[in-house]
Amino acid sequence: MNDATAPIAGAEAIAFTVNGRPITVAAAPAKRLAAALRDDLGLTGTKVGCDAGDCGACTVLIDGAQFCSCLVPLGRIAGSEVTTVEGLEFGPLQAAFHRHGAAQCGICAPGLLIAATDLLRHTPAPTEQEVADALGGVLCRCTGYRKIVDAVLDVGGDDGGKVPSSGAAVGARTVKVDGIAKLTGEARFGADAVPTGALWLKAVRAPYPARFTVGELGPLRAAHPGLVRVLAAADLPCNAFGIYPELRDQPVLADGLARYRGEAVLALVGDRDSLALVDAGSVPVSYEPIQAVHGLDAAMAKDAPRVQADKPGNLLVEGGVVSGDADRAWADCAALAEGVFETSAVEHAYIEPEAGWARRTGDRIEIHVSTQTPYMDRDETAHVLGLAPDQVRIVPTTCGGGFGGKLDLLVQPLIARAAWLEGRPVAWVLDRPESMAASTKRHAARITARIGADDEGRLRAASVDAVFDTGAYASWGPTVAGRVPIHGCGPYRLANVRARGRAYFTNTAPAGAFRGFGVPQTAIAHEALIDDLAASLNIDRLEIRSRNALRPGDRTATGQVLGDSVGLAACLEALLPDWHAALAEAEAFNAADPRSRRGVGIGCMWYGIGNTAPSNPSTMRLALSRDGTLTLYNGAVDIGQGSSTVLAQVVADTLGVPVDRVRMVVGDTDRTDDAGKTSASRQTFISGRAAQLAGEDLTQRILRLVNAGADASLDLDGPSLTVTDGGARHRIDLTALPEDADGAVLAGAGRFDPPTTPLDADGQGTPYATYAFAAQMAVVDVDLALGMTRPVYIHAAHDVGRAINPTLTEGQIHGGIAQGLGLALMEEYLPGRTENLHDYLIPTFCDMPGITVTLIEQAEPLGPFGAKGVGEPALIPTAPAILGAIRHATGVRVTRVPALPHRLRAAIRDMERANG
Amino acid sequence: MVGYARPTKLSEALAALDRATATVIAGGTDVYPAHVGRAVPGDLLDISAVAELRGIADRGDHWRVGALATWTDLSRAPLPALFDGLKCAASAIGGIQIQNAGTLCGNLCNASPAADGIPAMMSLDGRVELSSVGGIETLPVGQFVTGNRRTARRPNQLMTAILIPKPAAPRAYGAFTKLGARASLVISIVMVAAVIEVSLAGVVVAARVAVGACSPLACRLPALEAALVGEPLTSALGGIAQDSHLGPLAPIDDARASAAYRRDAALTVIRRTLESLAANP
Ligand SMILES: Cc1cc2nc3c(=O)[nH]c(=O)nc-3n(C[C@@H](O)[C@@H](O)[C@H](O)COP(=O)(O)OP(=O)(O)OC[C@H]3O[C@@H](n4cnc5c(N)ncnc54)[C@H](O)[C@@H]3O)c2cc1C
Ligand code: FES
Ligand code: FES
Repeated sequence: MNDATAPIAGAEAIAFTVNGRPITVAAAPAKRLAAALRDDLGLTGTKVGCDAGDCGACTVLIDGAQFCSCLVPLGRIAGSEVTTVEGLEFGPLQAAFHRHGAAQCGICAPGLLIAATDLLRHTPAPTEQEVADALGGVLCRCTGYRKIVDAVLDVGGDDGGKVPSSGAAVGARTVKVDGIAKLTGEARFGADAVPTGALWLKAVRAPYPARFTVGELGPLRAAHPGLVRVLAAADLPCNAFGIYPELRDQPVLADGLARYRGEAVLALVGDRDSLALVDAGSVPVSYEPIQAVHGLDAAMAKDAPRVQADKPGNLLVEGGVVSGDADRAWADCAALAEGVFETSAVEHAYIEPEAGWARRTGDRIEIHVSTQTPYMDRDETAHVLGLAPDQVRIVPTTCGGGFGGKLDLLVQPLIARAAWLEGRPVAWVLDRPESMAASTKRHAARITARIGADDEGRLRAASVDAVFDTGAYASWGPTVAGRVPIHGCGPYRLANVRARGRAYFTNTAPAGAFRGFGVPQTAIAHEALIDDLAASLNIDRLEIRSRNALRPGDRTATGQVLGDSVGLAACLEALLPDWHAALAEAEAFNAADPRSRRGVGIGCMWYGIGNTAPSNPSTMRLALSRDGTLTLYNGAVDIGQGSSTVLAQVVADTLGVPVDRVRMVVGDTDRTDDAGKTSASRQTFISGRAAQLAGEDLTQRILRLVNAGADASLDLDGPSLTVTDGGARHRIDLTALPEDADGAVLAGAGRFDPPTTPLDADGQGTPYATYAFAAQMAVVDVDLALGMTRPVYIHAAHDVGRAINPTLTEGQIHGGIAQGLGLALMEEYLPGRTENLHDYLIPTFCDMPGITVTLIEQAEPLGPFGAKGVGEPALIPTAPAILGAIRHATGVRVTRVPALPHRLRAAIRDMERANG
Repeated sequence: MVGYARPTKLSEALAALDRATATVIAGGTDVYPAHVGRAVPGDLLDISAVAELRGIADRGDHWRVGALATWTDLSRAPLPALFDGLKCAASAIGGIQIQNAGTLCGNLCNASPAADGIPAMMSLDGRVELSSVGGIETLPVGQFVTGNRRTARRPNQLMTAILIPKPAAPRAYGAFTKLGARASLVISIVMVAAVIEVSLAGVVVAARVAVGACSPLACRLPALEAALVGEPLTSALGGIAQDSHLGPLAPIDDARASAAYRRDAALTVIRRTLESLAANP
């Protein structure tokens, strides 16, 4: 919001109609309509994801036609009629979105609903192509677009979204508990509820890796009286943070040395309009470029300059797994495959850039922020501010996408420090280029791998050496280096394994957590090698995977004996009919059309659910109040993937009450318990189990009140609770029970920490309590002369243990496929060159293939109702399957992703030349 | 002028431009994205209310596309097959939101090397009409665009229209192909616009082929155009294009593609674009 007291330069009174209401706004006529709607009119349902026309989140109707409101001067709409998401009635379109789970994080939903409204007015019964064309200007990073298309094609369709009866919520396609607010514009994301009168913050960022000095700030302050404070490194009580307490190597504000382009060096605090007028060039910071280290070769070079002075050889960490004796086993192999594979840095590209605001309340600080990890935010921010953790309260806003990128601190410590010092709320919303320059990335990787098999294709030995570019600071680098060796040889039986992961510092944005923690990169390598072995041994590619697939009771490379929930063989079996049909069809297709060749590929994966080895518990509390309201105090933030809904389903069935009875308090660190972070695909498994235990605990307490047996059933009807125990019925009058401090009359709690053991020096132990498994097959067409790949079809079979909500599970898989497709074909973050959403390409509506999802349910006894996790597994097999299909189509083994047209074309040419 | 002006008459707009330098804003789809996170600096002359600049009209010996004609207007206009390439370019620009706002004239004035409108207009032999208080001048598109984001427009001139001559031949067809690393919403790696004029006997009597994103400014391929004249309109037209015709191209390496790829792909795309012309009746 604008500071209400500040005069607005060049303001004019502009009259127009918004959502049927005539209105006059006093603002500069060149102001972007999106900003005016949000800041001057409080219509924050219209989102800003890029301010550049690229994302479509800001789409509104102007006189009935769709426009990006970030590109429209306010002055132009004088006399016009504007419709925003708040002005759309909740009708059949919204109901269809709700029913299909078409809004995950929901930041894209307002723009999509506006675009769809425009379409349906002209074309009430559109085709799939018409939907893609009409909605195609809006980007979505979560859904893979399939559910959105399904929803628009099903407007007015059967309302399958009825509440399932008591005890039948798990496994049902229930609607999202927080779904409606995301479809009306009511959901408040990080930038949406900034208090009036807040100060704003703006970072000054280094243009390249450099030593810098800050000059005299007097003239800058004199030129901008609205600038109230300039924060520098020395203004932070403890200017260091990190993911691991022993590795707090990242300054909040660089202290004389900016190690990467985009690192913050100063923070300006002032009223918003004044900050907008500060030109970066007028801030007196002089930069002296350093000899920067870019890329793995430079980082690993003998005399490489050190990115961090105390890190010799630029090595951050090394992790490894050794079992059997790979070196000896090579000799026994009938076939060997080896290769070096390279992947690029990848940007999360959530449509909501980082945003939040903080305010001081006495000797505490309260931070409203879009985050994946409220409790880590609390503890790290407290550390930076020199406060005790309980002096910091994190109140998560609705999160407009995370994918791992909102697991690191970004806005939190600076807004908190500024608000602490100023005694006024301080807000900060990053713009897109800043978000892309400053935030973490997926690690660029180089993987050198070798796999050997006997003459029947049984894998005998594998070695993997994965090196990762971890950027300037540690962030989640150790997590990647630890997870990769465990998963590095794929979901296969292998007696002899040597796997190593290393992360090196470079002068680029820190690489952090991104869906899969290094496993997607490694899967590209091992799956290509399995294809090599299949080719040299003349075994079908699916068949060779089946022969080697991990099965219940098998021993992994870390020496862990797997339990019963190992569904890879079932996943492969599910693909088999489609696989053979696709192979036959590709053959026929290629016989007819020489310009594009069709190929079919397959990829498998496994993924340990939860953190690697260390304890990672979750605690859930459940309370029943006098009026019969059941509240889950849930510290697990829902970043769009649907954990709140899943937990409500688990609680409902545990207690035997309808799912719509479960209310929720989510993520607030003052009101919930630590559920750990929303990452590592852990919330369904770990927090789901904790919620189940909380439900059981509450049930026990209720039953004990009336001395009922364990199989008695509950019926909650307002303030009256009926327990039916065999023939006996007991009524409990909740209003008669004493209330605790939270207003609860009965409460239950559950804590679950998956049983794991630390790994020894050889990486032996039980790093995860359970694993998810998956196989995906892809069909692509490759235009040989242009090197262009068009994915046509993907069939994804995932062992999820139990699909607590099949709609949400499919949504995760679709979204993972879209990101895997991006990784394989188009996404490459280049600092300074792809720092916006037109140069950095993510898949659009038109890039998505047809998708079939098969859910395999090999129940995990530890999980709630058998569930494991699916968030990250969804994207891991996609790139290998697509690359395998490219190879089948062209003969080219892609060794560097993304397989951009020019790279693939060059490889095709080289191969053609080599073949004469 | 101070800040922002939105005249309703052309004369007012020209007078304003004559008084002081201002950033002209039509659809704003280039102006605003160039200033993410800050206000557009300087004065803005918003021409969107100038009624004289709207519309696409048949003026006897030429068509006139007004400065405010958007990509959506072009896609929907009832125009002959000569314009098929331009229409194809129009419907591939951004999403509907961008097509509803962005103008062809703005695309030319912005003069990005990746502007799809420039090769399309070169293939149509378009002339831009530049107006100022001092009068009107017209220039061929190829002379109007002088470099990467540079044009021959003087600061006091407004582009009021693009004029497209009617071909002399009885039949004329246009085609356009755009290549990008994703299926939609993508800046071109290479784009090719072609127009051929065909005699009643089905022989090419004139051809104009323009390639974009392979040189600082889009360029025509005169040698290829000459080679096409006299050929019958069949899909064999594609085969006429040869590497030797690509002399004017000077592609560069960038984040989107390598120079070598651009050159190689340009030839493929040219061939396919010419081939596709044979699908016309
Ligand atoms: C998401 C997105 C996708 C896009 N995709 C493509 C694409 O695929 N291909 C492509 O070619 N372009 C693309 N563009 C850019 C395209 O939208 C613009 O080039 C558009 O056509 C410019 O028209 P405009 O009216 O919006 O221009 P404006 O932004 O209003 O102006 C552009 C420039 O021209 C000047 N100007 C405009 N009109 C006049 C006039 N009449 N007289 C004098 N000067 C004038 C302005 O001062 C400014 O310098 C895309 C843009 C976005 C935001
Ligand atoms: S915010 Fe307008 S298009 Fe992204
Ligand atoms: S649901 Fe579309 S961006 Fe998150």
